[in-house]
Amino acid sequence: MRYAMAVDTRKCVGCSDCVVACQTENNVPIGYCRDWVVEVMDGTYPQLEIEIRSERCNHCENAPCVRCCPTGASHFAAGGIVLVKPVECIGCGACIASCPYDARYPHPKGYVDKCTFCFHRIKNGLKPACAAVCPTKCIYFGDLDDPNSEVSAVLKMRKSKTLIPEAGTMPQLYFLI
Amino acid sequence: MREEIIVSGRMNPMVDPHLQIWHWQIPLYLFLGGLAAGILFFAALYYINGKEKDYRAAVRLAPFLTPLLLVLGLLALFIDLRHKAFFWQLYTNIKLQSPMSWGAWTLLVITPVSFVWCALHMKELFPKWDWKYDWLKTLEAFFNRYKNILAWVMLIYSVILGIYTGILLSAFNARPLWNTSILGPLFLASGLSAGAATIMIISRSKEERRLFAIIDLIIIGIELFLIVHMFMGFLASTQVQIEAARLFLGGPYTMSFWIFVVTIGMILPALLEILELRKYHVPAVVTAVLVLFGSLMLRFIIVYAGQASRWLY
Repeated sequence: MRYAMAVDTRKCVGCSDCVVACQTENNVPIGYCRDWVVEVMDGTYPQLEIEIRSERCNHCENAPCVRCCPTGASHFAAGGIVLVKPVECIGCGACIASCPYDARYPHPKGYVDKCTFCFHRIKNGLKPACAAVCPTKCIYFGDLDDPNSEVSAVLKMRKSKTLIPEAGTMPQLYFLI
Repeated sequence: MREEIIVSGRMNPMVDPHLQIWHWQIPLYLFLGGLAAGILFFAALYYINGKEKDYRAAVRLAPFLTPLLLVLGLLALFIDLRHKAFFWQLYTNIKLQSPMSWGAWTLLVITPVSFVWCALHMKELFPKWDWKYDWLKTLEAFFNRYKNILAWVMLIYSVILGIYTGILLSAFNARPLWNTSILGPLFLASGLSAGAATIMIISRSKEERRLFAIIDLIIIGIELFLIVHMFMGFLASTQVQIEAARLFLGGPYTMSFWIFVVTIGMILPALLEILELRKYHVPAVVTAVLVLFGSLMLRFIIVYAGQASRWLY
């Protein structure tokens, strides 16, 4: 089992519904976020290109945060999902400094927090909150090892990219381009 | 001209707009740990070489500072933790891939060793010292019998402690400035240099001061070589590391790094040491304080600048 997510940069309108849904579903403290929207405007006027991406933890296969965690609080759960056990986390901040995507933040309660791919929802067969609410249905989620999952199907059909694969992290958050 | 505008909806305090997760505690600890490692290294080295009587400050006196340095450093680390009540989790796990785990276990060995080393030399500081209780005397006799083994443990662990303060940072490939293996040897050299400087302050023997001035001079030479080497490596590397080097070559950290660390902390004390060796009288305190200042600034600037360097995407 290998969970992955694909975000369609051609369908995303940058409404930030995914951000609000995540904050609500996961009780994210006010002023923080586990996912966020990036808009990149690129080119020379009038030939401009815009790309909108809903970003979050990349659940890397070679995760630097898991590697550098001194207590094992950051770990791989089923399906390669990177999770933090709050009761093992000492809040040293090593994982935050080690993430090239800056996907982690210190929770005001002391431990480090991040996207879990809504582990509690997918265990029960539901989609992550961000994917479930997306009004343009641009977030695909599923098991890469299952050729019939929606994420496998869409990645087979469409061209995609990952963010800074040259950082050697083997990210599992894909962007359809 | 190609233009790019990036608008991000991300806003996590301490992470955005740029990372500032580690503040004064970490560089202070790296300095104190490196300094303690330097002092303990020379103490163990000259004890093993049988120079205990010749280099009294190095082997017997300077180590009295190390328990204090290590405890203060540990305190700084503890203050840095955000989930303090769970700090003991460090000692229920051994994570071979995590330099921080290595460091935690190294500190667990070297801190008690530094206390024992001081206890063995109490009479040096207080000639009328008496352990009062018999079991303490037995303990002292026990450690005295195995002092050679203790010195070897101290020698090896002080090197690990000195190198790990650099490797701690170089393990983060997300921060291109830190992501160079030169940082381990550079921080070790800086710690040894600071240790030698401290011994120069404490020593009352001309011969010992002279020896540590020579040692410090050599180490400063090595440090300068490592710094040049580090920048050569950065400039010959990928775009992100070129950008990282630019923080020091025209960027916001240029002045502070080249003035405080390189000029005041390395070149100036090296010149003073050369004068001293040429028989001019230079107070050892001046040289040593400059070295210690440079060593502290190196840690602060590398830790802060490293958090400003990142991958662009």
